[in-house]
Amino acid sequence: MYKYDNYDQQMVDTRVAEFRDQVERRLAGKITEDQFKPLRLKNGLYLQLHAYMLRVAVPYGTLNSEQMRMLAHIARKYDRDYGHFTTRQNIQYNWIKLEDAPDILADLATVEMHAIQTSGNCIRNISSDQYAGAAADELVDPRPYAELLRQWSSFHPEFNYLPRKFKFAVIAADEDRAAMRLHDIGIQIVKNDTGEIGARYYAGGGMGRTPMIAPLIRDFVPIAELISYAEAILRVYNRYGRRDNKFKARIKILVHEMGAEPFIAEVEEEFKHLKGLNIDAPAAELERIKAYFADPLFEAGLPDEIDRSDPDFAVWLDQNTHPHKRPGYAVAVISLKPTDGIPGDASSAQIDLMADLAEEYSFDELRVTHAQNIVLPHVKKADLYAIWQKLDAAGLATPNLDLISDIIACPGLDYCSLANARSIPVAQKIAKRFADIDRQKELGELKLKISGCINACGHHHAGHIGILGVDRKGTENYQLLLGGSGAEDVSLAKITGPGFDEDGIVDAVEKVTEVYLGAREEGERFVDTYRRVGIDPFKEALYG
Amino acid sequence: MNILTGNDLKTGDVVWWTGEAWSRHVSDAAEMGENAPDVMAREIAARTVSDCYLVDAERTAEGILPVHIKEKIRATGPTVRPDLKLAPPDPAAGNWVI
Ligand code: SF4
Repeated sequence: MYKYDNYDQQMVDTRVAEFRDQVERRLAGKITEDQFKPLRLKNGLYLQLHAYMLRVAVPYGTLNSEQMRMLAHIARKYDRDYGHFTTRQNIQYNWIKLEDAPDILADLATVEMHAIQTSGNCIRNISSDQYAGAAADELVDPRPYAELLRQWSSFHPEFNYLPRKFKFAVIAADEDRAAMRLHDIGIQIVKNDTGEIGARYYAGGGMGRTPMIAPLIRDFVPIAELISYAEAILRVYNRYGRRDNKFKARIKILVHEMGAEPFIAEVEEEFKHLKGLNIDAPAAELERIKAYFADPLFEAGLPDEIDRSDPDFAVWLDQNTHPHKRPGYAVAVISLKPTDGIPGDASSAQIDLMADLAEEYSFDELRVTHAQNIVLPHVKKADLYAIWQKLDAAGLATPNLDLISDIIACPGLDYCSLANARSIPVAQKIAKRFADIDRQKELGELKLKISGCINACGHHHAGHIGILGVDRKGTENYQLLLGGSGAEDVSLAKITGPGFDEDGIVDAVEKVTEVYLGAREEGERFVDTYRRVGIDPFKEALYG
Repeated sequence: MNILTGNDLKTGDVVWWTGEAWSRHVSDAAEMGENAPDVMAREIAARTVSDCYLVDAERTAEGILPVHIKEKIRATGPTVRPDLKLAPPDPAAGNWVI
């Protein structure tokens, strides 16, 4: 894992001291809320429905156990004993007091964490593949490149007041586990015909009120020019992106309105101009960063066989583990989606337990997934049973990864001041309706995603089944969408028709699963059947 | 009827204007009359409460509650965590009871 150097630490410590001063002035009444708001937002502190909410950055979703324990400590000491892992691989606390915020940031800084650039019109935390460094199918570990981009984008003076927020995702496998093409910039690390490593750039993707899939901008950028190319795209966006209309200010609108080809021409022109300026990090710096992400000391000759005699364990094993690049190892995914739970929420005790498991069994590493689960990336297959037993005792062994109850849900109207409708109760009702794990397995991979408003933090556009909460004359109403995907088969979901009330939407979800079961052909997932038969049979069942 | 709400600056807690002071309990809220703009201006100037605004409310069996669901949830807490809901006012307790 990356370790802060003196610059990193100093930047974060200085920011904590600066914010402490700003908070003191605000509490003393020396500055107004209008003056203070942009300052607190620069430090991830929002005013939400019930209290202040603090969003803490987890760069590319990677944590060590010391950091994870700090997240538990913050939940326990300053919040109400839990945290919420988000679709941006971050964590949010819902009940923060302004007077505590500087101390929280100071505590975070002791473990090389912060909340900088988790809000505002700047480059946000960079997301990545949650299986990076462990997956059997990756070309290289994408995190050193994400880290390089993190360093470049942190406090970048030119990109601190962009037209709108800006999100990167970096992956290095053909299987897209980070919804890469639904980001402002999506990067896939690839190899060209001569075996050279480079970056494939996509730009102009995003969800929100106008969802767009990012078009390919350049097939191959040599890795030595990774930063220059990002800078070129950002410069074009900064220059031409709209600042007159918040809803048209994201880069996706610019790329769409300009057209991909003219946009690319502008970027290439800017790139030419940047080439001589030496803004890329020297190769030695990338090598220095890469060294932090070197493989842990995997043991050789470990057995691949696993004792499956405990049937409950076998169900979890089949569903919640992923192939590892080394024999004898596996990636284990901890579901934060128990049937009666809140997607992405974990208590401080659970967070501590996950930290302990990482320390004991996973070379001290954890990952947060954009699907709001936690990963132990490097565990010995021989240890999986012991891990499962400990997870099970803590209510963390729900065997539902990628099944219908592994629901992404944003905080919705229970917490979010922008919401139109609640997301969590709908997620809970659906999880309950489909609680039978055999029924879920029969349905197979089915990604269900719920947002409480058009901002789409719950990725409803990318759900095989998506649900969008809307306000219909003061009451909550839910639109159903079908056919989206955030994976390598990326697609945007389509609205089926008029919305439903809270119970109606649960029935509607059940109906569309029945259509699927009736129509599917051998080996088809829900989304495959949808793509083959189209929306009509589903509409017919829903609205007949 | 209209009632006045905001967030306590220090804690972020949702608060309601009682006619004299701010309370964490919506049941304490006072109907705002024509003096609403004056109270708002004074309280914003005092800088102890952020985001002051008026909310449509009604008298119900449970006392005064905002009409719109968003403000209702804001007044009473997340619907999915009964343990985090604001308990009714208890004169014997401190002013913040979970
Ligand atoms: S999608 Fe809307 S309701 Fe949900 S967290 Fe985002 S802004 Fe809030």
